[in-house]
Amino acid sequence: MDFSIIFDNFDLYLQGAWTTIQLVFLALIIGLIIALPLAILRNHKNPLVWGPIWVYTFFFRGTPLLVQVFLVYYGFGQFEALRESFLWPFFKEAYWCALLAFTLNTAAYTTEIFRGAIANTPLGEIEAAKAYGMSRWLQIRRIILPSALRRALPAYSNEVVFMLHGSAIAGIITIVDLTGVARIINSKYYSPFEAFIAAGLFYMAITFTIVFVFRKLEQRYHAHLRPRS
Amino acid sequence: MSETAALEVRDLHKHFNELEVLRGVSLKAQKGEVISMIGSSGSGKSTFLRCINLLEIPTSGDIYVNGEKIAMKPGKRGVATPADQKQVERIRSKLSMVFQSFNLWSHMTIEENIIEAPMQVLKLSRKEALERARALMDKVGIYEKRAYYPGHMSGGQQQRAAIARALAMEPEVMLFDEPTSALDPELVSEVLKVMQDLAEEGRTMIVVTHEMAFARDVSNKVLFLHQGLIEEQGHPDTVFNNPESERLQQFLASSY
Repeated sequence: MDFSIIFDNFDLYLQGAWTTIQLVFLALIIGLIIALPLAILRNHKNPLVWGPIWVYTFFFRGTPLLVQVFLVYYGFGQFEALRESFLWPFFKEAYWCALLAFTLNTAAYTTEIFRGAIANTPLGEIEAAKAYGMSRWLQIRRIILPSALRRALPAYSNEVVFMLHGSAIAGIITIVDLTGVARIINSKYYSPFEAFIAAGLFYMAITFTIVFVFRKLEQRYHAHLRPRS
Repeated sequence: MSETAALEVRDLHKHFNELEVLRGVSLKAQKGEVISMIGSSGSGKSTFLRCINLLEIPTSGDIYVNGEKIAMKPGKRGVATPADQKQVERIRSKLSMVFQSFNLWSHMTIEENIIEAPMQVLKLSRKEALERARALMDKVGIYEKRAYYPGHMSGGQQQRAAIARALAMEPEVMLFDEPTSALDPELVSEVLKVMQDLAEEGRTMIVVTHEMAFARDVSNKVLFLHQGLIEEQGHPDTVFNNPESERLQQFLASSY
């Protein structure tokens, strides 16, 4: 065991951690922005509206993230039309391909989490909103979403942690994220245990930060669900 | 010339598919009148109340609030739909409803519940809405509970909060949909007391209820519904002491 190689390459690990954090949080934020309207439309009565969204979420929840990343990074390059289009500079970079795949993946899961939470809004509370003259949009903005997002918090915090862990896949398609750094260190020094345990500790630190933040959010936004002491 | 009625409903029909729940019910409430609607479950009284603010869309019939008719247009399969959603929303904001199961917004404190619609629908400033809310919470006796969430209060307190929420809209007419039916027996009186105070200060109220004593003592008029029709109506003294129809006699005999 020689942990000095970790301390010698600490800067590299920090850079890797920063790439991981960037990639994951960009994907989560864009995914969240996509998921909100999709989750609302997913509860629409008309199958022409919810159908395509269901197909989308079914595909991204039904296939492994690794397959999705390979499809975008290797698969898309197969089409000449894309290679010759203005989009190619984007799709030939591993980073953007990973970001796209991660975003679509987390958006699909988040859509389904929010869909369930929205569908579980107490009907009486929506009726009260109607009865007091709220428009459909006002009902969504003031009653349905605030109520649903609170309910979705625990499930969504799991999704954030899963996304962080799933992002290790980025290291496979040449991105120097935390896992990518561990792979580089391993191939340089032939000490896989030290290389990957260091990456693991970084992932743990990020995970516990996420869990801590969500616990604070739940304390704040679940006050109405706690038994009154 | 007579004054415009606060609420007038003419010949209201409501079908659920083949089932005819309301078969032509009319009602006229002058300003300050308290009308109680009684009848056994399934008689259509709750459906009638929910048609007034279009939580249920009546199959046919006209509704006037302060003389303004709710515009309807023919929709699919001959079923009427509201012609103007904006008008529906505006009229709903003048008809506050109090529900059987309170239906307070569970993620908001009591105070937030009460200022919500006045601010968002009536566009009152936060300051004005809070002033209204505080006076009303004081009136229904829940001022100390203003920072509580609904789930942390008893049913009676929640229903009084819901009444304060209804009052905060300064409605033309208040609609009560069995407001005490979900309450434990010992909590019923605190809600009825508040409603009686409202009646005495001249609020226009339509009350669907199983509380015969309330209907008898507080209302100006009692309507007895049976199988989607008004079987008998009149002053509470007449309705309760000299019921004409056999069904009402039976109903009253089983209600006491």
